Amino acid sequence: MTASVSIEAVPPRATSGLRNDALAAVAIAALGAIGYFVYPDDLAFLIRVIGLAFLVISLDLVTGYCGVATLGHAALFGVAAYAAGNACLAGITDPILMILVGIVAGACTGLVSGLLVTRFRGLPQLVLSIAFGQLIAALANKLSSITGGSDGLAGISPTPIFGVFNFDMFGRNGYIFSVAVLLVTMVVLLRFARSPFALMCRAIKDDTLRARMIGVAVFPRLVVMYCIAGAVAGIGGALTAINTGVIGLDSVGFERSAEALIMLILGGAGKLWGALIGAILFELFAHYVSAASPFHWMIMVGVLLIVVVLFFPKGLVNEVGRRVGDLRRARAAK
Amino acid sequence: MTALLELQHLSKSFGGLRVTDDVSFTLSSGDRVALIGPNGAGKTTLVNQISGDLDPSEGRILLGGVDVTGASIAERVQGGLVRTFQVTRLFTGLTVAENVALAVMQRRGLTKRMFSSVINRADVREEWQSILGLLGIAQLAAMPVTKLAYGQQRLLDLAIGLAMKPRVLVLDEPAAGVPHDESPRILEAIGKMSPDIAILMIEHDMDLVFKFAKRVLVLASGALIFEGTPAEVKENAAVRTAYLGSYADARRAS
Repeated sequence: MTASVSIEAVPPRATSGLRNDALAAVAIAALGAIGYFVYPDDLAFLIRVIGLAFLVISLDLVTGYCGVATLGHAALFGVAAYAAGNACLAGITDPILMILVGIVAGACTGLVSGLLVTRFRGLPQLVLSIAFGQLIAALANKLSSITGGSDGLAGISPTPIFGVFNFDMFGRNGYIFSVAVLLVTMVVLLRFARSPFALMCRAIKDDTLRARMIGVAVFPRLVVMYCIAGAVAGIGGALTAINTGVIGLDSVGFERSAEALIMLILGGAGKLWGALIGAILFELFAHYVSAASPFHWMIMVGVLLIVVVLFFPKGLVNEVGRRVGDLRRARAAK
Repeated sequence: MTALLELQHLSKSFGGLRVTDDVSFTLSSGDRVALIGPNGAGKTTLVNQISGDLDPSEGRILLGGVDVTGASIAERVQGGLVRTFQVTRLFTGLTVAENVALAVMQRRGLTKRMFSSVINRADVREEWQSILGLLGIAQLAAMPVTKLAYGQQRLLDLAIGLAMKPRVLVLDEPAAGVPHDESPRILEAIGKMSPDIAILMIEHDMDLVFKFAKRVLVLASGALIFEGTPAEVKENAAVRTAYLGSYADARRAS
């Protein structure tokens, strides 16, 4: 009988359920509400954080779940932002449609990037991802007719949300819209993260050969995951285009990719919450520290990273999760 | 009766070094065969060719009468050929239950599902529970793999193999690294497996080999030098030379 009792104790992540979805929705709505009331005059900053959070969550899907090393992930975000921006300039001005354009563009870029990058592991993979990112960045600079080059793609002016809610100058509607899109995306992705597909991706990350030995076709699966990650990054890119009205070269740059990786490490790879919390914490830290010390804030960011990696190598959310798990096990043992 | 696994004149060379030399044997349903040989005899290289991790230079591999020499690992697994590893390879970021359930779900074609967790679906759950129960590690289901003792990891490795419902199971030193007094547990677990499965076990532990095998293949310098019952192997001079003398002597003696 002991055995059956223990089997019942399979961790919650292995169970699906509306309860988890509802809890996630409430948590994100609560985070959104806190942001709205704590930073009522700085919603543009929070909108930027949400856009970046999509990029970090997307990165988590390929790096945290599949173990793919990449420093070119901003390409997926940036291409989607340019696509949504150009769609708007071409007459597709509905924000929902612009997000759909971003999703398609991100997924297509993810497909191309995934086909290239996931063939390899380790350093060749990392180098290929950087090369892909730099290629996209160079193209964005050269193809100024569709990207605006170094001046950026400007004049993006989406129509009101559902034809009713204008993107006001204070960013209130834009913020609420962004939080709503984040909420829906996170609930869908958290469900996805509990799926057999995602579980298998984590298995591939742990041991590719073992996964192949139970009959998994590893390469196609990683490419599919890259497409999904591209779609998620694409939502972030489109949201950024919608809310800021302008897209600069920085959205596809190497720095954006590196920054996203730092946020992921900070929050904890392999957990979608880790990606989200990492993006929020990093941006908040940078926000305050850069205001307090405009010339030295990067030094403090470096120190923060060293501290996190030294004391919480798996990231803050994973560390909290580990300690909670240990406590539960200790309590169960008693 | 068609052999489940048949190796025909299999050879493998790395440059000028011939590590598998004209190896032929068959495995039929219910066979319990041990492959033994001294270190460097080429046992793992042979297993890697059987599983598809390595392409042979010459010869053919037939699985259920079908030529799978150029087939992918996934195709061989679908054909019922499953292997375990000399050094335990598990999905270390997952729990014990998830490790076995993944193999169950993969075999059932469920791992392409993206929006529903099926690990606790009645039929899937029943299967991974029964496999863990069979190997006596059901109480560890919720345990992260990293917290398992090595002997338990070896049992989990076997459980993953069993979850694939193999027709041919290749066990690469299943008791390697396990304390000697715990190796009977491994043997007991193997003994509980379906009698229809053809099992090829590579093993150094001779006690284990003689308790497990009905037939023993002896490999030296990449070539099969002897095939017989455990009793015949014990008496054979070539085998004794292979273990105690030089490989070249062993091949001359055979």
